[in-house]
Amino acid sequence: MAYNFKETMNKPERLAPGHRMCAGCGGTIAVRNVLRGLREGDKAVIGNATGCLEVSTFTYPYTSWEDSYIHNAFENAGATMSGVEGAYKALRRKGRLNETYKFITFGGDGGTYDIGFQSLSGAMERNHDMVYVCYDNGAYMNTGIQRSSATPMYADTTTTPVGAESNGKPQNRKDLAAIIAAHDVPYAAQTTFVQNFKDLHIKSEKAIYTPGAAFLNIMAPCPRGWRYHTPDIMEICRLGVETCYWPLFEVVEGKWILNYEPKSKKPIEDFLRPQGRFKHLFKKENEYLLEEFQKEVDRRWEELLFKCSR
Amino acid sequence: MAKRDRLSGNEAVAIALRQINPDVFPAFPITPSTEIPQYFASFAANGEVDTEFIPVESEHSSMSAAIGASAAGARALTATSSCGLAYMWEELYIAASNRLPLALALVNRALSGPININCDHSDSMGARDSGWIQVYAENNQEAYDNMVQAFRISEHPDVKLPIMVCQDGFITSHAVENIELLEDEEVKGFVGEYEPEHFLLNPACPMAVGPYSVSDYYLEAKRSQAEGMRHAERVVLEVAKGFEALSGRKYGLFEAYRLEDADRAVVMIGSAAGTTKDAIDELRKKGEKVGLLKIRLFRPFPADAVADALKNVKAVAVMDRAEGYTNHGGPLGADVMSALFRAGSNALAVNIIYGLGGRDVRVEDMEQVFADLKTMIEKQDAGETYRYMGIRE
Repeated sequence: MAYNFKETMNKPERLAPGHRMCAGCGGTIAVRNVLRGLREGDKAVIGNATGCLEVSTFTYPYTSWEDSYIHNAFENAGATMSGVEGAYKALRRKGRLNETYKFITFGGDGGTYDIGFQSLSGAMERNHDMVYVCYDNGAYMNTGIQRSSATPMYADTTTTPVGAESNGKPQNRKDLAAIIAAHDVPYAAQTTFVQNFKDLHIKSEKAIYTPGAAFLNIMAPCPRGWRYHTPDIMEICRLGVETCYWPLFEVVEGKWILNYEPKSKKPIEDFLRPQGRFKHLFKKENEYLLEEFQKEVDRRWEELLFKCSR
Repeated sequence: MAKRDRLSGNEAVAIALRQINPDVFPAFPITPSTEIPQYFASFAANGEVDTEFIPVESEHSSMSAAIGASAAGARALTATSSCGLAYMWEELYIAASNRLPLALALVNRALSGPININCDHSDSMGARDSGWIQVYAENNQEAYDNMVQAFRISEHPDVKLPIMVCQDGFITSHAVENIELLEDEEVKGFVGEYEPEHFLLNPACPMAVGPYSVSDYYLEAKRSQAEGMRHAERVVLEVAKGFEALSGRKYGLFEAYRLEDADRAVVMIGSAAGTTKDAIDELRKKGEKVGLLKIRLFRPFPADAVADALKNVKAVAVMDRAEGYTNHGGPLGADVMSALFRAGSNALAVNIIYGLGGRDVRVEDMEQVFADLKTMIEKQDAGETYRYMGIRE
């Protein structure tokens, strides 16, 4: 069925308003739009790693989730949903359940790239029929902006603070979408909030309805951690894609597909400049850091083009 | 119709699980519990069960997946030992606080380090405050019988708490003994269908599990778990009664062996109770009034019943197969001593640490314990109340 923006946006909300996420939070935008990938009438169980999303949407005795929802702990969202999906299979086999359910798990980059990595890897390798969605805001935001393995190089975080002897995080970020793709899952993709959400909506539906394990990595900016002007979130995401910092791609049955190639690749400064976490890179004496950053973006982009045989 | 067989404890528990035919069984191997999921995987591969067997990548994930499955409305369990239990520690508390019926077939093994694969109770004793019901077995028959009773206790509407079914590593799990098995249909009928009240996969009503709870609610959540525990003691006895009607085998909160007229008693858990019974039989032949109280239910701890059973003894040795590092003794010692104190007992009591890391327990060792108790009574002095049995100084 062809993608229809209006129909997709008119689907009933499955994350009710009134939760306690920050205004302009990228995580919430990711969740609401991923859930639009569910076909109306289909039931779902939502999983969640500990993080901002969990503590702000399911504070006893209130829940914002219209679907069944389970939070277990920080590092085990993949394993927890493995058990839920296992229960679904068993109950269907035993004739105790007839309805169709889909299984979608959300985790931040802390719960996904780092502490929950083993659990995620296990769930993906076992190919449970589920989607794991990482809303990647590039740091442990819930505990107060500590670095993660998703934090970009040179970012100023509370555990990689900029100082006389420090330019922020010394290491580059882990390429998790590629690592999950290497698990040979039927579907893995990377996206963010661009093109009026078309890319995100299409990939969400694909991920949800592809049989077996699927993984979505969504760049979901955090205004507090990234220190940009909150209403500019869509522009930040657009610049992430146009600079090739956050390329849009998907890996379908092992085949790498580039979903968007900018006509002219913008310099990385355009993405970094509006963000307070990179302020130090724009001091005169730090020009070489920007060059290093650009080199790394270029290297990864070329590698991606090669994988996509372009 | 009971069937006679010769089985190891692991095999017996695996057969109980085949007969129960649970919905979901996630597992990760660790010595000495590995055989339980291994036997079960064969049952699944051969179509003898229609369970979803999930060979996960760690014990943390096996308990996490069991929690997910139970919350989803399935009858779920896992099996582990030692470091595997330690690795799923956090999840033990989450299972209990979510009031999820769930079983864990635990094969007791020493915790590292030094790394050791043999029996002691340090793994499950460390989890004694996690909110799980804990039952222990002396031998293969008891391990099997406890497993058959486990889900009825755990799923009881007044309880709704996870249950740990413990047996001693190698001594019980690997030694082959004669055993009486129930017929498959008898077990099926006894355990019954699991019908949860609220669950994730309930099409009529969605459910949210695992909230963030602020100080306004946390205390009440913990108190509600304690309520479940309070009911568990009664439910354990009710289920045991039903099991006796089915099998002819009687179970209680503990077993009192030749304790009625005893002036000296040993209190202990697990396989060493068999050795102790032999020592008691020998000493009884010589006219010595000695007896045993073997704990079956350790959580909740049946303090009043234990104190009552020990009310006539003059001296008691509480044997702990785990250290507590309190400088006073182990966890069973602490619970039994406090039960005796609250009951106003005047018995002389010592706490003996024994059998750590699989150190052998012989009949002579237990005869010596009873001899030591005799000396205590004669001197009217307990002496050193915190002792190690068979230690090479």
